[in-house]
Amino acid sequence: MAQLFHRAANSIAKASIVILALTGGLAFYVYTQVSRSSYLTNQFSERPQPVQFSHKHHVGDDGIDCRYCHTAVETSASAGMPPTQTCMACHSQIWADSPYLEPVRASWRDNKPIEWIRVHDLPEYTYFNHSIHISKGVGCASCHGDVANMPSVYQANTLQMEWCLSCHRDPAPNIRPQSEIFNTSWDPADITPAQQKEVDAKIKTLRSTQLLTSCSTCHR
Amino acid sequence: MASNESTKDFASLREKILGQNGKEYWRSLEEYVDAPEFGDFVKREYPAHAEEWDDSLNRRNFIKVMGASLALAGLSGCVIQPTEKIIPYVRQPEDLIPGKPLFYATAMSLGGIATGLLAKSNEGRPTKIEGNPGHPGSLGATDARAQASLLDLYDPDRSQQPLFRGNPKSWQAFLSDFRGKLDENRADGGAGVRFLTETATSPTLVAQFDRIKKELPNSQWIQYEPVNADNATEGSKLAFGTVVNTVYKFDEADCVLTIDADIFGGFNVRYMKDFAKKRRYHSDGKKDMSRIYAIETTVSLTGSKADHRLAVKPSQMVDVVKAVAAKVGVAGAVSGYSDDTKWVEEMAKDLVAHRGRSIVVAGDNQPALVHAFAHAINAALDNVGKTVVYTEPLSVGTETAQIDQLKALVADIDAGKVKMLVVLGGNPAYNTPIDLRLSLDRLSKVPFRVHLGTHYDETGELCQWHIPAKHYLEHWGDARAFDGTVAVVQPLIEPLYDGHSVYEMVQVCFETGFEKKDYDIVREYWQARGIVAAGGNFEDKWRAAVHDGVVPGTGAAAKSVTLSKSFVGQTGPQAPAGAIEISILPDPTVHDGRFANNGWMQELPKPLTKTTWDNVAYISPATARKLGLNQKVEDRSRAGGAEGTSFVNTKGGNLFSDLVTLTCNGLEIGKGVPVWIQPGQPDDVVTIFMGYGRTRAGKVGTGIGYNAYDVRKSDAMNFGAGEIAARGEKYTVASTQTHFNIEGREKQILQVFDLEAFNENPDLGRQTDYYDLSMYPYEEFQKIYDTNYRWGMTIDLNNCVGCNACVVACQSENNIPVVGKEQIERSREMHWMRIDAYYTGTAEEPQGPHFQPMLCQQCEQAPCEPVCPVHATVHSAEGLNDMVYNRCVGTRYCSNNCPYKVRRFNFMLYQDWDTPQYKLMRNPEVTVRSRGVMEKCTYCTQRISFARIEAEKEGRKVRDGEVMTACQSVCPTDAIVFGDLNDKESAVSKHKVDKRNFTVLYDLNTQPRTTYLAGLKNQNRNMPDYKAPAKKEEKKAGSSH
Repeated sequence: MAQLFHRAANSIAKASIVILALTGGLAFYVYTQVSRSSYLTNQFSERPQPVQFSHKHHVGDDGIDCRYCHTAVETSASAGMPPTQTCMACHSQIWADSPYLEPVRASWRDNKPIEWIRVHDLPEYTYFNHSIHISKGVGCASCHGDVANMPSVYQANTLQMEWCLSCHRDPAPNIRPQSEIFNTSWDPADITPAQQKEVDAKIKTLRSTQLLTSCSTCHR
Repeated sequence: MASNESTKDFASLREKILGQNGKEYWRSLEEYVDAPEFGDFVKREYPAHAEEWDDSLNRRNFIKVMGASLALAGLSGCVIQPTEKIIPYVRQPEDLIPGKPLFYATAMSLGGIATGLLAKSNEGRPTKIEGNPGHPGSLGATDARAQASLLDLYDPDRSQQPLFRGNPKSWQAFLSDFRGKLDENRADGGAGVRFLTETATSPTLVAQFDRIKKELPNSQWIQYEPVNADNATEGSKLAFGTVVNTVYKFDEADCVLTIDADIFGGFNVRYMKDFAKKRRYHSDGKKDMSRIYAIETTVSLTGSKADHRLAVKPSQMVDVVKAVAAKVGVAGAVSGYSDDTKWVEEMAKDLVAHRGRSIVVAGDNQPALVHAFAHAINAALDNVGKTVVYTEPLSVGTETAQIDQLKALVADIDAGKVKMLVVLGGNPAYNTPIDLRLSLDRLSKVPFRVHLGTHYDETGELCQWHIPAKHYLEHWGDARAFDGTVAVVQPLIEPLYDGHSVYEMVQVCFETGFEKKDYDIVREYWQARGIVAAGGNFEDKWRAAVHDGVVPGTGAAAKSVTLSKSFVGQTGPQAPAGAIEISILPDPTVHDGRFANNGWMQELPKPLTKTTWDNVAYISPATARKLGLNQKVEDRSRAGGAEGTSFVNTKGGNLFSDLVTLTCNGLEIGKGVPVWIQPGQPDDVVTIFMGYGRTRAGKVGTGIGYNAYDVRKSDAMNFGAGEIAARGEKYTVASTQTHFNIEGREKQILQVFDLEAFNENPDLGRQTDYYDLSMYPYEEFQKIYDTNYRWGMTIDLNNCVGCNACVVACQSENNIPVVGKEQIERSREMHWMRIDAYYTGTAEEPQGPHFQPMLCQQCEQAPCEPVCPVHATVHSAEGLNDMVYNRCVGTRYCSNNCPYKVRRFNFMLYQDWDTPQYKLMRNPEVTVRSRGVMEKCTYCTQRISFARIEAEKEGRKVRDGEVMTACQSVCPTDAIVFGDLNDKESAVSKHKVDKRNFTVLYDLNTQPRTTYLAGLKNQNRNMPDYKAPAKKEEKKAGSSH
């Protein structure tokens, strides 16, 4: 009986094993990269909002504190979205006729809430609590980026579990002094010795890494 | 299963019973007789789902399919989240912090008795009911019905707009029509006007009817509901010549005798709190534990908990009570009772020995004479003014029994005197006795009929106008607790539909001010009446009353009475005797039928039978044998048969029961009645339950069960004589009693000791520690637990009365779905908590059942964890056995490997994701699980997180008692204690070192965080049914706890 396969078949077979492994590896690599890409995570993507609200203008230029609008951030799981009332507190006086603010005035007039588009969206089975992060010394910027310089807010991080865990496994580098929590433009390099002392004390109050990485800390 | 097995009958079962080789603890008759099929059944954890391996799918295909699903599994990470919106307030309410729940005091009434509540509000949506610690009727606890009332609020079947002859109409149209008709009746003082309400104790409502009486002097106000206190009222008239309200102080009673009274099944949880206080075992022996005797017909929770129980027929009850009276020294009491005289005598001796510290309480279904004798016995025992206190009645309208009020109404209707009938709540077209039924024929004689109700039900259908009623979480009001204290009913939410409260409906009848809202009505009443409190103006006092949920100084005034002697010689009224005696009781879950459309209540296993979605008729094992009921079943109905039933025992049993035709007082129940062999039921007595057989309840409750009201007569409301005859049909009863069985390890599961024996030898239940035998790196874990909180729980079986409140509380807190009868038959109920009921003794003479709440034991060495292929169940640093829903792929290995059988699997999409009302109801702090996911008790990890975060923010540790699990906070007997085991001063740590503390299945060395405190029976040595404690074998000494 004649040979069924050509002599080169051996090499092809060997090569194909390597190629298969490489292709598989590549496919897996592509998968990991695609699932981390901003295409899927919405990182860096700006969302059209019903009102052209600029954080850069209000926070960066005017110096309004985060907590003026996000009132619950220190006390509750939710940071709180400002009611129309908060907008109107100023804008019934300033820029009261601006066409940009018509949706706000309409909301106030008709008693209909402004429907903002959610930028930072965690899955429903994940329970994030703003207040404890603030209390422990994690600044707004650690998750939200330099909002004070964002004309339109975008998601600065992937918000994926591996990103959350990167800090929960080692929170110390993200702890900042209490005075700089709401300063999104703060550079950790500018830390003063007094602040360093404060941060060191804070790090000591953190719960153990085992607890921070326990499933029920975030999922219930 | 050999086919000849099926021909064997109950005789072999009986042989086994008489052979005394039954088990020490058993949960169902099937288990008791140890049928081989039963063993087969429990081996399969979810018996009905386990399908045979399909041969057509061979190994190769399997790998292919698996390969594809593995590839697809990876893609689930690549889902782009859909865009969501954030919708803030326009004007944010002042006290509201988004993401933080608020609690408001309110109250719920049932049968005219209120329990004060704290309702949790998440951004304006009521999501959970808790007890109001400041309310005398609650003291922080609630019963199962109050928990389930939340689901009633969001019931999508509620009527949503006023209906005229079934067609939607506006409220304005109703007003003009109704007031026009009323004006026509004003000329003769409203002689043709009748108002029909349920038992009303609301002071505001009473004041409103006072005004009606002035404006329409000839109109009449009738109060009727099927489960009422008529007998107590009549009994008090018999004994004292006047009506009193009786308040018992169980926390001061050493010895309690209940006469067919279920003090643990009632709506008033205060009595359970008080009982638990006195029943708690103190290891220092400083305080004595109370003792309960129960004389009853049908096994109740109280009878189960009782140290001595005497089962008597309804017709014997008066005689038995007279015998007790004679023994404790009620002058003139003579009894012909001769069956268990020794029992009665010894019991009476014990009562006398606890003179002034005992209580005799008669049940609401017992005839007036029994109540009168109970008063006489209490007087003879010097209990009056000490443990039994008489007060003024809670409400007007109690001078006449409700049934007599209804009789008068029906007589007037039949005579054509009634021109206008206003039904304010209740469902008289369904739940009135058959001879007084407000049927279509009878109601047609009333030209104008109005119905106010939450549902367009049997009564609504027969009235021209139907007005949707507000739920108690939607309206203002007030209501009285068992001792008369008034609670303000405060709404938490704007009415979901176009509803009106009973106050607004009565207001509409007034000549002026008829459009007032209930807030103004209630507030103005209290403004006029004044609130007795120190300092401040009315506004301050009103705010304080609303905030606290209690109006100070409103308790009913004490009433001094003199006992009449005349009734002592009376022989009647009493329950009729007959070949088969019938007792009619309200259902333990759906009550009188008002919770029939409540899925939580329908699916809640009834405390003793664990049946769901049905009412059954109890018969005793001997009667069943005599009548050949539930003795054997056909071959075709075996497991996996055409009906898909889960388990059928060829030797007979309850799950596939015989349907009978039941005749009572010459009347027949139209539908077949499934019989249930209930150990503890007296022979020749059938107990049937009200609340089912509804024809217009809604999607959940319509058409389920038989209607016991069809055999209820105005002169025989609670008892009757009759007969039962097999119809030759079978019926599947969905009972969870045999589900999730922990096979053959009874002695390691439940510990109940005799109190004296335990005092003599507190090491009776000692268990050996196997910690050092673990192969896991034990110390490594312990180091982690030492530096974090170490959450743990104890459940005191001595206090648990099996009331089920915790099961519903858990369901409400943790968004647990309702699965339906068909799924329950397949053993797929989703309750994270179940209450196992273990009987001891024989089926003929059972003791107990003893109740054992079973939930995830949070094992430190959890068997579920190593078998999970995807790490969906892992340990937290605080020792919780975490269940990660988003990781779970549904292999069910964990459930298979769980020795406690506490894991539940979403076989289908049980959650209703679409009905908008249910979206409002869910607890936002807990994930809503989807199909294909395993779930289980989490120790209410959301509550732990909340407390831990609040404590961290304040830089302190979580205080003991700060975290209350849902089951713990609702528990009326404080049986469940939860806390940090690292804190040696915490309540739970103290329980853990109690000698009674034991671990279920301790030899598995799973080291559960949940342990139990052994139950104790405080038996009287002289009683004829005293069971000497079994001699325990000497145990090898092991290391202590």
